[in-house]
Amino acid sequence: MQSRGDRAFSSLALIAGTTILVILGAVALFLVVQSIPALVAGSAQLPGEAANFWAYVWPLAFGTIWAALIALVIATPLAIGIALFISHYAPRRVAQSLGYVIDLLAAVPSVVFGLWGIVVLAPFVQPFYRGLSENLGWIPLFAGPVSGTGRTILTVAIVLAVMVLPIMTAICRELFLQTPRLHEEAALALGATRWEMIRMSVLPFARAGIVSALMLGLGRALGETMAVAMVLSPALVVNFFLLHSQNPNTIAANIALQFPEASGVGVNALIASGLVLFVVTLLVNMLARFIVGRRRAFSGAN
Amino acid sequence: MTALTASTANSFSAGRLPRGSAWWLLVASWLVVSAVFALLAVADPAAGFNPVGAVFFGTVLFDLLLFVLSLLVEGRRRAVDRLITSLVATAFIIALLPLVSLVWTVLQNGGARMIAPSFFTESMRNIIGPGGGGLHALVGTLEITGMAALISVPIGLLTSIYLVEYGRGALARSITFFVDVMMGIPSIVAGLFAYALFALLFQDPGIRSGFIGSIALSVLMIPVVVRSSEEILRLVPNELREASLALGVPKWLTVVKVVLPTSLAGLTTGVMLAVARVIGETAPLLIVAGFTASMNYNLFDGRMMTLPVFAYTQYANQGPDPASFLGRAWASALALIAIVMLLNLAGRVIASAFAPKTHR
Repeated sequence: MQSRGDRAFSSLALIAGTTILVILGAVALFLVVQSIPALVAGSAQLPGEAANFWAYVWPLAFGTIWAALIALVIATPLAIGIALFISHYAPRRVAQSLGYVIDLLAAVPSVVFGLWGIVVLAPFVQPFYRGLSENLGWIPLFAGPVSGTGRTILTVAIVLAVMVLPIMTAICRELFLQTPRLHEEAALALGATRWEMIRMSVLPFARAGIVSALMLGLGRALGETMAVAMVLSPALVVNFFLLHSQNPNTIAANIALQFPEASGVGVNALIASGLVLFVVTLLVNMLARFIVGRRRAFSGAN
Repeated sequence: MTALTASTANSFSAGRLPRGSAWWLLVASWLVVSAVFALLAVADPAAGFNPVGAVFFGTVLFDLLLFVLSLLVEGRRRAVDRLITSLVATAFIIALLPLVSLVWTVLQNGGARMIAPSFFTESMRNIIGPGGGGLHALVGTLEITGMAALISVPIGLLTSIYLVEYGRGALARSITFFVDVMMGIPSIVAGLFAYALFALLFQDPGIRSGFIGSIALSVLMIPVVVRSSEEILRLVPNELREASLALGVPKWLTVVKVVLPTSLAGLTTGVMLAVARVIGETAPLLIVAGFTASMNYNLFDGRMMTLPVFAYTQYANQGPDPASFLGRAWASALALIAIVMLLNLAGRVIASAFAPKTHR
């Protein structure tokens, strides 16, 4: 027996949920329809005289995933550390302001990160890259010749890591703060040190949430456009070198740089590469959901 | 006697490092590493002294030293605890470095230009050298983002309520799944989608307007709002809902009067983060809202400049007088950061004013 208010409210909520499905369907439909001309095009029509669409998109897809992965490797330990610092280490009185300081990073738009990356970060890290290549050059990742401008894929990854930090940190922090107080106190009462308490009560409680924070960070790093487009000095190559001046470009940055001048099948090729980016992120998200689903955290509402 | 000594040598009653010794150790390691860096600077004057490197490697040295010392004096468990404490603090300091550098750079390059009288009172119409301002971009950003929030927040919030309070079965599962999918839509693809939608609707391949930009931003904003609100709503204890329902309150009033107020602080933070995410989006607006040098108050007609696009175009298309173009780019970057900070601040004030009183 439902009241009228109940029925109205629940159907309103239902309509909102369905709207999301409709929007997503429209996005997918548009991408697929607009991509078809590029998928069947020959080498004469595609940009860069690529043999077919897959040869065209492969270096870009590689660059996208590679840059995002390096960024995540840098950002994940930092994000968890910062979230722990704010939630469990910093004095209670200043913790909230420290959290706000990190959120300030989220207030910085990508175009500003792009400007900062070119003007400040790239010249700053370039000497370190030279040292890294001279001393650790036998590791293939750091092999020379080192870029003279510092605008390499590692610099891009550092910028991306800084950009995804606030979102990952904010989620981890909220999760860590939601740990049941009694679990923490029980651990401490058993004589655990602070780290043992965190390992036994906070991290298990937050594990699934940390994966979803990672997923958000990865999604943002994969799709980030302007910072990459401005900082990276791109080339049509596939390599793992971190310090070269010849770097694989990312799909999003390539679209931003090429779209204004593109025409004909070129536009379709760019849209199709957008579809590839979309599919890559979809796969990443599905993997993350699989992990989250396997270790479902309990919450108040289930 | 010897037996007694042996029995006390365990991690529960082992020695402690003197109070405050960690701080002295930190200062000492900074000094030592600074001395090494100073020697290097003397040996190679061209390289110069590197304060950031000195602080960073000094902190790393401190982390290691403290761990070893604590391991010798206090035993393994406490040593690991100290190591994690110092690592966690180090992570926070590392994150501060880019923030400080970035804010300093933006203030230094854009501060004077932003408070110059023309920036908030003039557009770029008929300006090719110094002068002019970003008023048209400011208006565009506020209108486009405001419209995007107007579209996204109701849809996002209601969807999260559906998922948490009503959603059962296949539909709820698929909505959750597709919200995750939508979260992965790159901003530039959202821009392409909005462009094609309107280009098809109006049969005009050159169409540009602020409202298309709002649609593109909404596509990016809705999943963020849904996801953050959902997480927060799920954290509301079931006991509260059950208590309300047991008092005979209908379900929708339980949601509106109990669940939402309990989670309002978190919801506000979520919406603010979502706005912060989209207000600086450049790529989709570059495609669908275009850029212009003139004022345009009408969201539904004609090109509309926005602050991030303004910053980008001023940097990318420097005219005959690069310094004034760069000045305007940094100034609009600063203005944009200031706007988002104000929004964040407002969100926090609202959140703390309406948050239920808790013991934490």
